[in-house]
Order: sequence, then structure tokens, then C-alpha cells
Amino acid sequence: MRSFPGGVHPPDAKTLSGDAPIEAPPAPAQVRVPLLQHTGAACESVVKVRQQVMLGELIGRSEAPVSAPVHATVNGKVLKETVATLPNGRHVAVLPIQAEGEQLEGPAAVEEILGGEWPTDGLDAREPEAIAEAARAAGLVGLGGAAFPTHFKLRPPAGTRIDTLVVNGCECEPYLTTDQRLMEEAPAPVVAGAMLAARAVGAARVLVGIEDNKPVALAAMRAAADGTGVEIRGIPTKYPQGAEKQLILTLLGRRVPGGGLPLHVGVVVVNVGTAAALARAVLRGGALTHRVVTVTGAGIESPKNLLVPLGTRYADLIEMAGGLAPDAARVVAGGPMMGFAVGDLTTPVTKGTTGVTVLTAADLARERETACVRCGRCVDVCPMGLVPTRLALAVRAGAWDATRRYSIHACMECGCCAWECPARIPLVQLIRVGKAHRNAA
Amino acid sequence: MTPATPSSPDLEAPRLHVAPGPHLVSGGRSTRGMMVDVLVGLAPVLAAAVLVFREWALLQLALCLVSCALFETLFARLRGRGLRGRGLRGREASLTDGSALVTGAILGLSLPWSAPWYVAVVASAVAIGIGKAAYGGLGQNVFNPAMVGRAFVMVSFASVMGAASYVRPGADLSIVTQATPLTAAKEAAGAADIPGLWPMFLGVTNGSLGETSALACLLGGVWLCWRRSAAWRIPAGVFAGAAAAAAVAVLANPASPLGVPHHLLAGSLAFGAFFIATDPVTSPLSHRGQWLFGLGIGVLVITIRMLSNYPEGVVFAVLLMNAAVPLIDRATIPEPLGGIPSADREAAS
Repeated sequence: MRSFPGGVHPPDAKTLSGDAPIEAPPAPAQVRVPLLQHTGAACESVVKVRQQVMLGELIGRSEAPVSAPVHATVNGKVLKETVATLPNGRHVAVLPIQAEGEQLEGPAAVEEILGGEWPTDGLDAREPEAIAEAARAAGLVGLGGAAFPTHFKLRPPAGTRIDTLVVNGCECEPYLTTDQRLMEEAPAPVVAGAMLAARAVGAARVLVGIEDNKPVALAAMRAAADGTGVEIRGIPTKYPQGAEKQLILTLLGRRVPGGGLPLHVGVVVVNVGTAAALARAVLRGGALTHRVVTVTGAGIESPKNLLVPLGTRYADLIEMAGGLAPDAARVVAGGPMMGFAVGDLTTPVTKGTTGVTVLTAADLARERETACVRCGRCVDVCPMGLVPTRLALAVRAGAWDATRRYSIHACMECGCCAWECPARIPLVQLIRVGKAHRNAA
Repeated sequence: MTPATPSSPDLEAPRLHVAPGPHLVSGGRSTRGMMVDVLVGLAPVLAAAVLVFREWALLQLALCLVSCALFETLFARLRGRGLRGRGLRGREASLTDGSALVTGAILGLSLPWSAPWYVAVVASAVAIGIGKAAYGGLGQNVFNPAMVGRAFVMVSFASVMGAASYVRPGADLSIVTQATPLTAAKEAAGAADIPGLWPMFLGVTNGSLGETSALACLLGGVWLCWRRSAAWRIPAGVFAGAAAAAAVAVLANPASPLGVPHHLLAGSLAFGAFFIATDPVTSPLSHRGQWLFGLGIGVLVITIRMLSNYPEGVVFAVLLMNAAVPLIDRATIPEPLGGIPSADREAAS
């Protein structure tokens, strides 16, 4: 099958956590819920210090169009608002909540959030606006990592024709298995959510793209989608197959225009986790309070896929997965290709946290940087068709004009170039510096 | 590495370090590994040279390798840089990156068997010093270092580098008693005076050390492309450009003893296409640029062969196209997936 040009094949390391069923450990004693967990405007707190809150109760909201409300993720007492640094370096306000009383935890939590029946009959009769509003009220954002508010995507601008809803089940980032386990264990809410999203945007066709290194997930999804009209596609395993533009190219042969969005080619893309959460929001009225997080890597004693309340600290997550191995050296929010290293384990899980990967010193063995000999490997692997070495060296030289000529803003920072570079030049980091400079100018 | 200070009391303070992603890198390749690839790719060429020219080949090659290594050391010292990459940002690895040996090997294989020792030494000094170090070392040079050295001695020592110097009548080694195929063709009255295609393909003809066997170049070159240590588009472009130009030359001058296949097999076209033009530092980055660069070299080689006094044109063709690389790169910036946003396109124009 045809795939997008470029890309790399890093070892996927998914066997570490791939066989661990989704489990919900006892709720942590305290959660730290950030008031900004999405792309867009931050929320304002709507609760007072020492106020008692219930799981799913609204605690933060914003009037801005591109935003998503946040909810209490445990039953308990709100503590004094404080500040946390998210893995991307952003400082955000957080509401700590002290857990008190009965909690939704253990097998009951998995059953409540992912279990039970997810009927697909009658979904076509639902009002599109009601679906989008349910997504907004539930605080739903893209769970694949980008955390873009889902309700905004589900309300395409007037005059836009969406013909296809693409559901992203690629999970191309190495190590992570949240989407894989979700599709294996709970394909029904994914299918139901996909149909609801398609209804909301008016798409006649639903395509689910799943990399062919997940045969069990593919089979489970095919079984769940049987008779619903939802099409399940096994597609080549290649990083970054799950990047929106690459996935649309692979599945539909359409190229999203530079600087444009999928809706410009008649497509809306949602992640499988988002689809499942949408089904819950619409069919059961449940707010987004929990998510599945893969805690994995050679630096973790027993890698797991954990269904945890948002705001759970990384330190607690790591404890739930048996703790750090003695040779743990780097804690990465997300996977090793696009994830950010964190130095503070009080960092909270947010709606966009797909996993925590702990790498060891042996994983990180890096050679010294050498001169670029223009071998062109970065050009060959760049899935966006850029010339990464020119961009990076232009940034180093302060040649900002050249960064524009070479379309620096088309870079999505997937890391293929830096993965491949024989000279070990920190290409992605240099390109980030260049983008920041252009944005500041 | 600084110890992290997690405020969580229930977790021992681990030593965590942070760095930009990606946090894993492919283990396979390094700059040095690519240089080693080139040396391995040159092995069949070297074997052919030794078979044809015996000890002359070994001597010339050893002289160039040793000279290049010594001059690399000397110039690294002069620039105040270490030899094992301990300099600024760790980017100044010099002798250990293997590039001096690649320059030495290519230079040696591009010299005539008969060139006196000082030719090899001067060519090495110019290749490393002027061709590379003067630009700021590996990765910064505009021209292929080996070709800079080769061109320098070709012009400076014309008497010992010219077509006549390849021929030594009465020598024990019968091959070196004959003119090189291209020189023979310049002076030939008819096709009978030049070697057949089969000997030219195998390499049992007179010439510079590495150039005679198209077969050996093909073996090593295809391997190099397969390893992706050379961009296949460049040799493909060279052969295509040379074939097209040679066809024109043959049509323009039907009396010429050289047909298109002769042009492709003769001289150092194959050696140049696979091992000289493919030097990544001095060739374009974009795929379209690589095609243009290769085609340009191919056309220039035939043009020089047909229209100048030199029987062969690879050295100057490569140097000329090297000079055009910044222009080619600028003209062939690839369009990103999905194209350039119209706002940016307007701003750029």
C-alpha cells in the first residue's frame, strides 16, 4: 500500500507495555488539575479554596471560542491555586484537589469509563450541534497529544464540506500503547464515537487508519465496526504515519495545503481515544476526567497502561508502575520521538498526556556532534519534504531569510531528521529556535 | 547532568537529565561510517588498479594516503584544532573523521601511474590545505578537495601529467606502452586504432590508476549507492548527460572513432560519476538539484573531450559544477508537502 514519502522506522518498543491490560490503580491522594490543558485560551477557576467538589464537577471555564472547560477528577477538597510547569515549558495555573471519601478507582473505573454497551443504532438521528455541544461541555480535546478542543473541530465553518471523518489509530510514536490497548479492549466506544463525530461534521464516510503492527487492535476494531459502515484500514507502519497530514495522504491521497487544515481537503481527523471519549460524553454525559496513559520504558520497573485521573503527578504514575529502575536517566512526557523531557516529577497528567516514557542511560548513549557533510539523509526522511540541514544551519548562522525561503513553518518537529542524522546535529531543536525567532519578530 | 529535585517525598531523588528530543537516535550511521563506506566502495577499483598497474598503483596510492593524513594533521595543528574533535562544540574532529583518507584514496586513484613522487605530495598538500582546510574544514569546502589537488598538479606539472607521460615505450608492463583510449582517439584515423569496448569495460587499458575499469567502478559505485552513502541520482545524471552529449558529438562528427559506448566507458567518467561527483559536501542536497548537477557534469565532460586540447574532462567538469552548487541549491528548494502558503509565497517574491 502506498504511504507518505519520507519517514523512519525506529524500533517501536511496544512489547514493553503492549500486553498490559488497561487498569485503574487506586486514585492518588492529591491531583493537580491544570487550568490549561489544551491548545487555546486558559480557563478561569470557578471554585473557591476548601470547596468540596465531586468527580466531574466543573472547576474551570473560559468564554473564549477555542478553549475547553476542566472538571474535578476526584471527589475531594480544592486547595490553594498554584503554578505548574508543563513538559512543553509553559507555566500554567493548577488547582490541586485533595482526594476525600469514595473514589472512582480500580476495575469499577475501567468499567464505568470504557465498559458496558455502546449501541450504534440511532446515532444518525442525533442533532449535530448537540454532539458538538456535548463535546464542549465534557471538556473534550484531542487525546492524541495535540489537545485541540474537539468541539471546535466538530463545528466546521459554514460553507465547508466535509466528506470524510478520519479516525487516527496509528499510534506511530514508539513505546506508547494507549491507543493500541484501547482499540483491543474497548473498540465499541471508539466506533460509536467515530460515528457521532462523522454525524457532527456531516461526513458520509468514516475511515479508521491503524498501523499494521497492531494486528490484534485491527481485528478487534473490524469486529466492532462490522455492519456499521465504519471502514477499518491497516496501513504501513512507518513513523510519523499518525501525523495528521501524513495520515490523510496515506488514506485518501489528499494533500493538506501548506498552512491549511484538514478541513480544507474535506476531512476532519480525530484520535481513537478522542472518539471513545466523545461517545461517553454524548451517550453517558460523562465529562473528561480520566485518560489512559502508558507508563513505559526500560527505566520503569513494570510498564503499564493506566487509566488515571487528570492531574495525577508523574511521581504517582511512576509509583503505580512499580517505580523507576536503578538506571533510569530521563523521564519523557509522551514518546521518545516527539516527547519532552521533564525534570520535575510533580508535573501533572493533562488531557494530552499520551504516556510517560522513562529511558535509561544505555538508551540515551549519544555520540558527539560532528560536521554536516550534506549527506542528505535528513532530506530523504523528512515527511514534509523540507531540507532540515539548511534550516538548522541557517538558524545557527542567524540567516533568518533563509529559514523562510526553506519553509521553516511547515516543520512539525517530528524528529525524523535528527533521528537519522549521522552527524548528530540537534536539527529539531535548532528549527524550534528558528520558529520562535520568526514568531517573535 | 544536574540532579532533579522532585518535591515528592515518596520517591527517591533520581538523577534525571533533560535534553531536547528526539530522545533516541538511529544507531547505524556516523559521518565516519560514511567515509568508511567510500573506502570500501573503492576496494574493487583499487583491486583493478593493482591488477593492471601492479606495484605502481600501490606506491602511488600509499604516497597519497600518507601525504593527505600528514597534511590533515599539519593543517589541523595550524588551525589550532585537535585531531580527535575536542575543539569548539566538539565539531572539529579532523583526522579521525576519515575524510582525509577518502581524499587521499580518490586523489591517488586519479593520478597517472607514472606521476613522480612530488606530484602526489604537492597534490595532497593542495587538496587538504587549499581544497578543504582553507574553507574551514570538512563540510565547509566548496570544491571537491581531491579534484582541487588534481587540477593544481595537472596545470603545474603539465610535462609529467600530460597524455604523453602515461606512455612508456618498451616497459615490461605491456599496457603502459600504449596510449590511453581517449588520447588514441584524438589522434586516431579510424576505429581500429582504439581499444575495443570489452577491454575498456574490464579496464585492461592505459590510463589513470582508478579510471581504467568501468566494471570495478560500477561494482563499488552501486554498492555505495545501495548503502545510501552516495546519492544514486548523481551518477545516473552523469551517465545520462554524457550519453546525450556523446550522441550529439557522434551525430555532428560521424567520422569519429568513438561511439556513445566508448565515451561512457573511456577515461574517468565512471570513476568520476560514482566516486568524485558524489562527494556529498560539494554536491546539491535536493533530488532535483542532484539530477541537474549530474547532467551538467556529464555534458561538460563530453564537451571538454570534444572541444578542448585535454583528452579528458572530468576534473574540470566536476570543479565547474561544484561552483554551481549554491546556485543549484537555491534554484531547487523543494516544495514542502501541500505547497507553500500563498501568504508566504507573496512575502518571498
